[in-house]
Amino acid sequence: MSSKENKINDFVVRFANVNGTGSASANYLFAKAIFRMGIPVTPKNIFPSNIQGLPTWYEVRISEKGYLGRREGIDFVVAVNPQSMLHDVASVKPGGYFLYDSSKNLHSQYIREDINYIGVPLMELCNKEFTDARQRQLFKNTVYVGALAALFDIEFSALEGILAEQFKGKEKLIAPNLKALKMGVDYIHANYKYPLELRVERRDLIGDSIMIDGNSACGLGAVYAGATVAAWYPITPSTSVVEAFSSYSEEFRVNKITGKKNVAIVQAEDELAAIGMVIGANWNGARSFTATSGPGLSLMNEFLGLAYFAEVPTVLIDVQRTGPSTGMPTRTQQSDILEAAYASHGDTKHVLLFPSTPKECFDMTAEAFDLAELLQTPVIMLTDLDLGMNDHVSPPFVWDDKRDYNRGKVLDEVALEKIVKFGRYLDVDNDGITYRTYPGTHPTKGSFFTRGTSRDEYATYSEDGGAYQHNMDRLIKKFNTAKNLVPAPQVYNTKNKSEIGILFFGTSQYAAEEAIDLLKEKQISVDAIRIKAFPFNQTVTDFINSHNTIFVIEQNRDAQMKSLLMIELEADPKKLISVLNYDGMSITADNILNQISKHLSPAAPKKKAPIAKKEKIK
Amino acid sequence: MSYIRPKFRHPELPKNKLGYTIDHYEGSLSTLCAGCGHDSISAGILQACFEMNIEPHKLAKLSGIGCSSKTPAYLLGNSHGFNSVHGRMPSVATGANLANRDLIYLGVSGDGDTASIGMGQFVHVIRRNLNMLYIVMNNGCYGLTKGQDSATADRGSKNKSGNVNAFESIDLASLAIELGATFVAQSFSGDKKQLVPLIKAAFKHPGFAFINVISPCVTFNNNVGSTKSYDYVRHHIEATSTIDFVPEMKTITAEYSEGTSKNVKMHDGSYISLNKLSKDWDPLDRVSATNAVLNARAKNEILTGLLYMNPDCNDLHNLLQTSDRPLNSLTKEDLCPGSEILKTINADLR
Repeated sequence: MSSKENKINDFVVRFANVNGTGSASANYLFAKAIFRMGIPVTPKNIFPSNIQGLPTWYEVRISEKGYLGRREGIDFVVAVNPQSMLHDVASVKPGGYFLYDSSKNLHSQYIREDINYIGVPLMELCNKEFTDARQRQLFKNTVYVGALAALFDIEFSALEGILAEQFKGKEKLIAPNLKALKMGVDYIHANYKYPLELRVERRDLIGDSIMIDGNSACGLGAVYAGATVAAWYPITPSTSVVEAFSSYSEEFRVNKITGKKNVAIVQAEDELAAIGMVIGANWNGARSFTATSGPGLSLMNEFLGLAYFAEVPTVLIDVQRTGPSTGMPTRTQQSDILEAAYASHGDTKHVLLFPSTPKECFDMTAEAFDLAELLQTPVIMLTDLDLGMNDHVSPPFVWDDKRDYNRGKVLDEVALEKIVKFGRYLDVDNDGITYRTYPGTHPTKGSFFTRGTSRDEYATYSEDGGAYQHNMDRLIKKFNTAKNLVPAPQVYNTKNKSEIGILFFGTSQYAAEEAIDLLKEKQISVDAIRIKAFPFNQTVTDFINSHNTIFVIEQNRDAQMKSLLMIELEADPKKLISVLNYDGMSITADNILNQISKHLSPAAPKKKAPIAKKEKIK
Repeated sequence: MSYIRPKFRHPELPKNKLGYTIDHYEGSLSTLCAGCGHDSISAGILQACFEMNIEPHKLAKLSGIGCSSKTPAYLLGNSHGFNSVHGRMPSVATGANLANRDLIYLGVSGDGDTASIGMGQFVHVIRRNLNMLYIVMNNGCYGLTKGQDSATADRGSKNKSGNVNAFESIDLASLAIELGATFVAQSFSGDKKQLVPLIKAAFKHPGFAFINVISPCVTFNNNVGSTKSYDYVRHHIEATSTIDFVPEMKTITAEYSEGTSKNVKMHDGSYISLNKLSKDWDPLDRVSATNAVLNARAKNEILTGLLYMNPDCNDLHNLLQTSDRPLNSLTKEDLCPGSEILKTINADLR
C-alpha cells in the first residue's frame, strides 16, 4: 500500500467556528454526506457553555475501518474563527491542510512551513452573491462545505439529497444553499488541484446503520416504553432527552381529533421537584422518568434514598458531564458512577445501566422502565455528553411488537380479593421483591402508607431494630435478584486467550475496541469485557478472577469503576490497573494504547530519586 | 409505635350514602401530644370526607415531614398514603395527580415543611394550579425538634424558652393569594364548625385549594407571650365562630354574615383578632381579597374563613391538555407507536 492510498477514507477534519453563526447545520451536512457515501464517520461537537460569540469546534473522523472513537491528530482544519486561529494552525498534523478565508491576507504568524494552505475567499464570494447580512454570514459555511466536497471528492448528489431533506417545507431555501455549495466547488476547481490525497471514496460499510444522538434515542425509547409522565429541569447536556421525548410525543401521543395528550411533561422548578414528581407518578402507576446531569443528580440524592427505601420505581437518565460542581458543563466524563451507585445517605445501592450507542440508549431506556417496575427501585442510566449530544453511527432501532410492558408485581382488585392480609413489604416469593398496589384499586384492601421511615412488612411504622434490619436485608436480597435481571456484560472472546483483560463501559467502547486492534498489531493479545450494568453479575467476577491483570478503562480521575469493582466484588486492587482519561474530551485509542503499553513494558527504570531527608522537627 | 384502635363502635352510628359509618374514615391512633390541634384538624378532614360520601380508596393523602405530616397516618386508613421527604410533598402530589386525575388528592403539611424547606415547591404547585387540597397545620414552631421558631412565627412572639422572635413572619394565606392560588382559606384547629365546611368546599374546588389552619402547639408554643398560644385562641373561638355552613360555590359570597370581629388581648399587650368576611370584601375578587388580608394584618387581626376563590380555573391537566383517561390506565396499545413506525424513523435517520 502506498502512503497515498492510506489517506483515503481515513482522516480527521476539524472545523473551527464561532458559536451562534449557523455553522452546525453546514458541518452536519458534511458529516452526513460522508455517512451517505457508506463510509463510517464520527462527528464530535466541542462547544462552549455559551450561546453566541465563543469558539466552537466540530471534529469529524472518517474511518474506513469503522473506528468511531475520537482520534488524536488533525489532518485538515477548516479555520473560520480568527479568535482561535493560532491554536487551530498549531493543531494541524505536519503535512496536513489548513483551509482559511482568504478574503484578507493571512498574517505571517499563522504560517507554518510544514503544512499546506488552502485559501478560499469565503467572505468575498458571499458578499458578491448575497445581499442579506445574515445570508452572507450563513452561506460562508455552506461555501466551505462546497470547497471540501471538491477537495475530498464528496458526491455532490449526497449533499443535494441532504439539503432537500433539511429544507423540507422551506424549499425556497434549497436553491441559494445549492448555489453556495457550487460556489465553493467552483472556486476549488478554478484555483486548486483536486481532489486531494486525503479524500473519500464510496463504500458499503454502513449497512442499515442510522445516525442519531443518544439523547434523542433515549427520548424515543421512553415513548416506546410507555412513559407517560416526564418531569425535568433543564441542564446541559441532558436537556435534549426530554425535548426529544416531547417532540416524539407530539407526533405519537396526541389524539388527532381532541388534541388531548397521552403524556404529561412538566418542566419543574428544580431537580428536587423533578424527581419528586417522577416518584409520585410511578407510585401512582404511571411510567415516569427524568433526565439530568451531575449537579442535578446531586440534588436528587435525598429523593433517590426515599425511592430506594420506600421501593418506588424510578427512572433517571444521567447524561454525565465534567464535574465536580459546575465543572466543564459542555465536556464529557464518566464521573457520576459512585454518586449514582450509592446515591443518598444511609445504606443504599442503585441499579445502573451503561449504554454505549444510540441503539443501546433506546433499548436501555425501554428496559429501565421494566427493571424499575420489576425491582421497585430507582434505575439510573449513565450516559454521557459524548453519547448524548453527538451524532453517532448506530445499529438501527428495533422493537418487537409482541413485547409487553413488564409492570412487575402489582396486585389488582381481583388479586386483592383473594388475599387475607396484604403485606406491602412481605417477601412472599423469597426474591426480595414484594407486591405493591396502586391507589384507588380496592375499597377496603391493599391500601398502605408509603414512607421513608422504617416500617414492618405490613407497612406499619416501626422503630423495632429487628424489623428494620430484616427489611434492609431483604433489600439486599432484592439487589442480588437484580444481578441476573440487568443486561449482562459483553464478553469479547468466549474463551480467554490472554492473561490480560481490559474492562470498559459506556462510550469508552469505541476507543477500547480500536485499542484492542492496535495492541494486536503490537503482538499483545487481550481479552475484553464491556460492563452494561450494575450490580455486576457473575460473568464480571469470573472475568476478573480469570485474568492476572485487568486494565480498567474509564473517563474520570478517581477510577470510580475500579472502586466499585473493589467494593462490590472484593476484586484485588493490585490486579486492576486504571487507564484514565479526564480532560473532558472523549478517550482515544492511542491514549489507551500508550497507557497500557507503558504498564506492560515500562521504560528502563530511571535512577531512583534520592530519598528525601526526613524533615527535622525543631 | 402505632396503636390499634378498639374496634367497638356504637351500633347505631349514622351511615353516609355509601353505607359507611364515620369509623370507616379513621386511621391509626394518633401519636401526637394529647390535645394537639393537629388531631382536631384530622377529625375535621375525616368528618368532611364522611359527610361528602368520599370513597376512601379514591383519595390519596400525601405529606412531607414533621408533626403535621404524620397526621395522614391517623385518618383515612383505607386510603393510600405517602409520607415523603421534608418540604417536597407538592412535587410528589404533582406526579401522583398527573398519573391519575380521577383521584382526590389531600396534601398535609406544616409551617416548617411549607414556609421554610418547602417554600419553593409550595410556590410552584400554586403556579401549576394542581387540583388538590393543601392543608397547612400552622403552629409557628418546629415540634418534632422541640420548639424552634418557624418562619410563620410572628415577629415579637415569645417561644417557650422565652426568646422573642426577631424576624418577620411569612403569611402563607396572603402569599398564596398573591401567587394566584385559586382557593385560599384560613381557619383554626379548634373551630371545627368553620373548618369542616371549608374543607368540603376545598375538596370541591377544581384546582389548587389552600387552607392555612392555625393549630397551636400544646407542648412547645402554648406559652404566655406566644401569638399562636392555643389557650387564648380556644377560649375565644366560640365568639368568632359564626360559619357553620358553606353554601354551593357559586353563592358562597352571599352567605357570609358581615363584619364580626373579636380581639383577643395577650399578656404582652398584643392580640389576636378573628375576623369574618366583611361587606366591602369580595372573595371572588383577588385584589379585594388581598386588600382585606393586608388590612387585617395591619390591625394585627387574623382573618378566617374563605378568603379568596376563583371557581372557573384551569387545573394542571387542563393546562397540559392531558387525556381524560387517567395516564396510569393507558396500555401499550395506547402508548407504543410499534415496530412499523420505528422502521420509518430508522429510514429517516439514514
